[in-house]
Amino acid sequence: MVTVEYRIDRRSGVPAFQQIVQQTKQALRLGVLVPGDRLPTAKEVAEVSTVNPNTTLKAYRELEREGLVEPRPGQGTFVRRTLGRPETGTDSPLYGELVAWMAKAAGAGLEQDDVTALVASAMDKQYAAGTTAATGSTGATTTRSSTGE
Amino acid sequence: MSDVMYAGESALEAYGLGMRYRRGWALRDCSFRLPAGRICGLVGPNGAGKTTLLSIAAHVLEPTHGSLSLFGEAPGSVESGRRTAFLAQEKPLFRRFTVAETLRLGRELNPGWDQRAAEDIVRAGNVPFDAKISTLSGGQRTRVAVALAFGKRPDLLLLDEPMSDLDPVVRHEMMGTLLAEASERGTTVLMSTHVLAELENVCDYLVVVSGGGVRLAGDVDDLMSVHTLVTGAREGEGLPAALGHHTLVESRTSGRQFTALIRPEGPVTGPWETDTPNMEELLLAYLRSPDAPPLITPTAQVQGQAFGTGTVAA
Repeated sequence: MVTVEYRIDRRSGVPAFQQIVQQTKQALRLGVLVPGDRLPTAKEVAEVSTVNPNTTLKAYRELEREGLVEPRPGQGTFVRRTLGRPETGTDSPLYGELVAWMAKAAGAGLEQDDVTALVASAMDKQYAAGTTAATGSTGATTTRSSTGE
Repeated sequence: MSDVMYAGESALEAYGLGMRYRRGWALRDCSFRLPAGRICGLVGPNGAGKTTLLSIAAHVLEPTHGSLSLFGEAPGSVESGRRTAFLAQEKPLFRRFTVAETLRLGRELNPGWDQRAAEDIVRAGNVPFDAKISTLSGGQRTRVAVALAFGKRPDLLLLDEPMSDLDPVVRHEMMGTLLAEASERGTTVLMSTHVLAELENVCDYLVVVSGGGVRLAGDVDDLMSVHTLVTGAREGEGLPAALGHHTLVESRTSGRQFTALIRPEGPVTGPWETDTPNMEELLLAYLRSPDAPPLITPTAQVQGQAFGTGTVAA
């Protein structure tokens, strides 16, 4: 069973492997993926989203390094733990406060872009120190293990 | 491979490859290496020799200069003939054969033939097996040609503008099939195209050829990481002097702003915005600037080739 389908935005400037990492985490946060689920194989992602299989494998290695998934030889890559917390659900008080704030912002005449800018700025201020960058790994080139030749 | 310097087996190596006709050069001084298992985009302006290069690899043409090897063997050898499939731009098929007969021919001619893989590709496009090739649309014909190439179960797949006559939906689906097949079998793919946006996320390796030889070759991650896109305010005419000690690929100015693609030779400091280029920006910059210094990353170099140059020393 394929549990998630990745949407790769080719114009976003965010490398495809990072988009896969982010979307997997998002799915873990929202409970779309739960422990024990199998992630789509590199072949399945290639077929559906026309993404180079090495890109998918690179993303899965990144998720593995963070302890979120584990590869099981011959079976695929499986979810180990979830990122979901009560506080991140849409029924949490924090979410309610955010919705109320959004309504206030809209009432004050702010456009969507203004809100995005404000949120991004506040988020940067709050979390700037502890960012874990998962950006551009250089050096190590990725290669599929070519099957029996 | 006997040479420990190279990581992994080479699917293809070109040494000073050239093709000269009376009217001039179709391909000139082309040296690069394509490691096995990569999906490689072959990019260049019209007349740069992409088709010539693929035809030499497919043993349809003999080069007039230099040489090329496939998995260490000459293109004409039985071994490399068995391991290589070529999908030419014009997709040559027997017009009076039916689809089923075309696949049967593939089965007869290729010892390692995979009938199911070929049939699956045909079936996915709802192409009737009893239809004659001459009655098929361009897209359907391409699909049959792709099925024929995949059915051969090649280790190296050479594709010349494979998607040029397909509509967007079929193009997306064929690209998905191509990547899925390649991921399952570890097939090396060398694919020429004009549609740069199509290469993003699909290719993990790039070779750019134009008049003077190979301009850019290597793993996409490596190529991306050594380039920086700089945007800032102009100072008088042209570029700020402080950018001068980096290798400049291309620069453009519009109004008070300049944009430059550079290969940084150290930290890039200044009142500028720096960004990683996307693949299309990188390729366009090299295609627009034939005088930019070539870059062949170490993985893409053949023996005796010096870093950052397009020439073969030996």
